[in-house]
Amino acid sequence: MLLKKIKGVFPPHNKNTQFCKARFLPLPAEVCIPMSMHSGTPAKPVVKMGDEVKVGQLIGEAAGFVSAPIHASVSGVVKSINDRDMITGKKATSITIASDGKQELHEGIKLPKANTLQEFLDAVRDSGSAGLGGAGFPTAAKLTIKDIDKLDYILINGAECEPYVTSDTRTMVGGAEYVHQGVQLLKRFINPKKVVICIEDNKLEAINKMKELFDGDDQVDIFILPSMYPQGERKVLVYNVTGRIVPEGARLHDVGCLVMNCTTITVFARYFKLGIPLVQKVVTVDGTAVRTPKNLIAPIGTPIKELFEFCDGFVGEPKKIIAGGPMMGTSLPSLDVPVVKTTNAILAFLEKDVKMPKVTACIKCGRCIGRCPMSLMPVQIEAAYDMKKLELLELHKVNMCVACGCCAYICPAKRPLVQVMQLSKDLLWTEKAAQKAAAQRATEQKAKEGVAI
Amino acid sequence: MSNFSVSTSPHIYDKSTTSRIMLDVLIALIPALIASILIFGARAALVTAVCVASCIIFEWAFLKIVKKPNAITDFSACITGVLLAFNLPVTIPLWQAVFGSAVAIILVKQLFGGLGKNFANPAITARVVMFLAFSVTMTTWVNPVDGITGATPLALIGRGEVAALPGIWDMFIGMRGGSLGETSNLALLLGGAYLLIRRVISWHVPVAFIAVVFLCTAILGQEPVHQIFGGGLFLGAIFMATDYVTSPTTNKGRFIFGIGCGLFTVLFRLYSSYPEGVSFAILLMNILTPYINKFTMSKPLGGVKS
Repeated sequence: MLLKKIKGVFPPHNKNTQFCKARFLPLPAEVCIPMSMHSGTPAKPVVKMGDEVKVGQLIGEAAGFVSAPIHASVSGVVKSINDRDMITGKKATSITIASDGKQELHEGIKLPKANTLQEFLDAVRDSGSAGLGGAGFPTAAKLTIKDIDKLDYILINGAECEPYVTSDTRTMVGGAEYVHQGVQLLKRFINPKKVVICIEDNKLEAINKMKELFDGDDQVDIFILPSMYPQGERKVLVYNVTGRIVPEGARLHDVGCLVMNCTTITVFARYFKLGIPLVQKVVTVDGTAVRTPKNLIAPIGTPIKELFEFCDGFVGEPKKIIAGGPMMGTSLPSLDVPVVKTTNAILAFLEKDVKMPKVTACIKCGRCIGRCPMSLMPVQIEAAYDMKKLELLELHKVNMCVACGCCAYICPAKRPLVQVMQLSKDLLWTEKAAQKAAAQRATEQKAKEGVAI
Repeated sequence: MSNFSVSTSPHIYDKSTTSRIMLDVLIALIPALIASILIFGARAALVTAVCVASCIIFEWAFLKIVKKPNAITDFSACITGVLLAFNLPVTIPLWQAVFGSAVAIILVKQLFGGLGKNFANPAITARVVMFLAFSVTMTTWVNPVDGITGATPLALIGRGEVAALPGIWDMFIGMRGGSLGETSNLALLLGGAYLLIRRVISWHVPVAFIAVVFLCTAILGQEPVHQIFGGGLFLGAIFMATDYVTSPTTNKGRFIFGIGCGLFTVLFRLYSSYPEGVSFAILLMNILTPYINKFTMSKPLGGVKS
């Protein structure tokens, strides 16, 4: 049935922390919680300086439909509310809480009640859940779609194809009951024809755990994927598991599918079981500069510096700090940024491992084309970008690039292709916006003249 | 302020580099170089050394004069030198070999912007220029068996002197008249196998090229084995037509490119006044490469026609 095989690359797995159970990080002295850890509108602070807060207390309320509420991850006193640097490189309004060390639960915490889909969605929203695979799209907004009851597949993404990162694996093993619970909730309220748990074949422990938990459940399948990057990219996943192609511009549910990260579903599962919203995160701490790689459970807002310190510091001077995996993660300018909802790993590398390679001339070997999971032609896109030919950029569908980095990874000339793709997208976008504005002005002008006559 | 390096993702890279690929091609050319020395004697090594040295010097000097960064370390000029030498008769006057190197490096490669920017294969184009300019020395062949001047197998076939052809095995291992690096099909195949194993080239161009020549000459009443072993087909199909820069970027395009090379080779060999046509065919297909690229664009997954 599958005519076309999706291509990718095979970076060394380096899943060093695969068997490291997630351990609690000692409580940080203070946490700094940004109000925009999800995509969409930032949350609005509902506490003020000097307020006492407790674990799980709402401190930022969802501002709009595509937004998510934010909760205190420690108990203590609000020390400041100001703009702070985030992992993404942007600044965001952040609430700093000085911990009192007691970790008292907020008295308002109670188990949610849900009997209808709407009540379920409200509870999902209240849990603070957002797409923890990296995009951070608010889960409740994602699930609020027309004809959700006609969904064929919900794919639970446990591919974790990025090297080094093992936090999803640990969630599936250590937090298996919540994955189970999350799937049961999805079955109960959304009831898709199938829930498919997708795991790469290098995570046997997680595969066995899931097989054991869902044994005899006809509605749930475990799908074992070959270990290849970017197996966890949502369109790639949908194609490899269901054989369905998501057309350009369409959304996954247009082909009857939905992809949810395996850790995301544990967030609302936990909320249903304990009443505690998303206040902590399993984070893989690894990389060649880290002395003792570990998986840590850190309160959201913990400065990443403390995670490295708990892993016995560095073996040498780190040259590059990455939030996320080495293929798509963001490199950080400092250690003073906090862990956010979407942080699944922080990596530190020694200089010798992250030397910027020398960029040489493109020799048109076509390897970037051979490895692009979206079957784009990065070599042609780069040429089109150099000439600033917008119609060529459109022809070559640069807008469909998922920024997975396979082209730049495989390029023998080490061309900065991901950067070029992004610049091309921006160029197209600004140009289109300018054209639209010009057209708008023209119609307004016409209307004015019409009135004058 | 900390001193962390900040860059776009990805933060890790595959080990392969341009110079590693070029080095692989050079390694793949070693069997043919050894064969050429065994077959034609030490002058084969001399001609190759002169071509390689002059290619490197021309590239270095050109980049120096136009104040561009030095790119000698990518080995691409070495490959051009070796391939050009392989396309010359062993008796070529050395000054002509130097001239050919200048054409390849300066006219065909650097004037178009250097590595990756040239539209035609430098060694092929230089050979064609030399063929037209020095038509006597470029068609004087030594028969390695008796050491006297003789014709290439293809020229013999052209004249109808089939009885004078060397045996198939001799043709395969290279004991016959011809350019110094083209005669040993065995050595070229070894190099090709290495390139395939190292994934430097894909099978599409060589297989399509050789198969088309074999089939078409068979259909047109020629002895196809003589046609594929008797000329420069293996050198052209494995090492020259697979040049990344001047051949299509997709496998589909490469297959079409190989077929085109094969058809033009057969056309030139059988219907022109020249016995050989591989280099003309490749040069012609080099020119068509941008169009092949255009018509073999890969279809994006789920892409909608705009």
